[in-house]
Amino acid sequence: MSEPRKAVALISGGLDSLLAARVIQDQGIHVEGINFFTGFCVEGHTHAIRSKERAKPKRNNALWVAEQLGIRLHIIDIIEEYKDIVANPRHGYGAHLNPCLDCKIFMVRKAREWVRDHGFDFIITGEVIGQRPKSQRKATMPVIARESGADDVLLRPLCAKNLPPSRPEREGWVDREKLHDFTGRSRKPQMALAATYGFHDYAQPAGGCCFLTDAQYSHKLADLWRARGSRRYELDDIMLLKVGRHLRPRPHFKMIIGREDGENRFLHGYRKQFTHLFSTSHSGPLVLIDGEVNQDDLVLAAQVAARFGQGRDAAQVEVEVHGKDGASQTLRVVPLSSAQVPEHWYL
Amino acid sequence: MSRFELDARRMLCPMPVIRTQAKVEQLCSGDTLAVVCTDPGVKYDIPAWCRVHGHEVLAIKEHDEEITISIRVGGQ
Repeated sequence: MSEPRKAVALISGGLDSLLAARVIQDQGIHVEGINFFTGFCVEGHTHAIRSKERAKPKRNNALWVAEQLGIRLHIIDIIEEYKDIVANPRHGYGAHLNPCLDCKIFMVRKAREWVRDHGFDFIITGEVIGQRPKSQRKATMPVIARESGADDVLLRPLCAKNLPPSRPEREGWVDREKLHDFTGRSRKPQMALAATYGFHDYAQPAGGCCFLTDAQYSHKLADLWRARGSRRYELDDIMLLKVGRHLRPRPHFKMIIGREDGENRFLHGYRKQFTHLFSTSHSGPLVLIDGEVNQDDLVLAAQVAARFGQGRDAAQVEVEVHGKDGASQTLRVVPLSSAQVPEHWYL
Repeated sequence: MSRFELDARRMLCPMPVIRTQAKVEQLCSGDTLAVVCTDPGVKYDIPAWCRVHGHEVLAIKEHDEEITISIRVGGQ
């Protein structure tokens, strides 16, 4: 008896990739999953930085999917390589800084490399024609297959019947008749299929699975690039964009202000990398300063920090400032009033 | 069979899982690995990752803000 054919499934943690993998498992194919970590992925643990979220149950949806399917899941760090996709997308951005089509091409290309290196036969994705305005359209399906180099070893089980037969179908590794013809943005066919498999507690992330589809997050990333004069970032930068209140009082420096204990605790871990300040006379946030600052800037930052603490109405607030070089000083400042913090400072 | 330790403190999930995965790939069946983390999400994610790959979680210990998860590597 010959060995079963082997497929690798791109597992995002959402319903479509769960179903696509399950449909192929049903045909006796050995399936393993890969999940790519770009740094921009939306998942519960990042939200769990905030104190009120810490008590909520947490799970990594891709791992949850793997457990439902009984498959191995390989989580792959693509943070470094992904930077170029975000900074220079050949096919441009979606509504915000989301390079969805380039992202999909890149991930399928990485999957193709993985398939080659691990002796697998083909790749499956949960794509559905018309599901997403930028990357999942009839016109983009062949673009992804071609530009990723996957060509006809890329199979989309949920919409395969609306596409030319891929190699796994032509070779008879899978039965095309048992694949699906889903189209459009409706989730009803997927939900019905999920019910037949007994999947109920699947993730339904609002706005997709990537922070780059979020308007405010993209705005903060664009600001970071503007301030640095180039489209570069490190993992810590994009993590910090998810945390705290971000204000830019001057073009050359930004403040990251913890909004509550959980965020203050998280920012505390970064204190040695940034000039940071906090009030010693009143309770208040930990504040990181991103940028090079002079003494006038520090006084302004201390006044802003005082504005967001319990001393906001006090005549004077003591603020301790620690430089990156370890030097510290105590400033006594008058907190800014609400009217003195212009709207355009907020990112 | 040897004992190893991995420092994944200050990393947010899934980075501790990714580092655990990379470390385990270098180990042999029966080796043990203690992963030290600070993100509470690891209490769910590392055991889930171990389950899908056939590794055994021996213990999860918490001390102050640190969580140590001990794993015995299964057959790879």
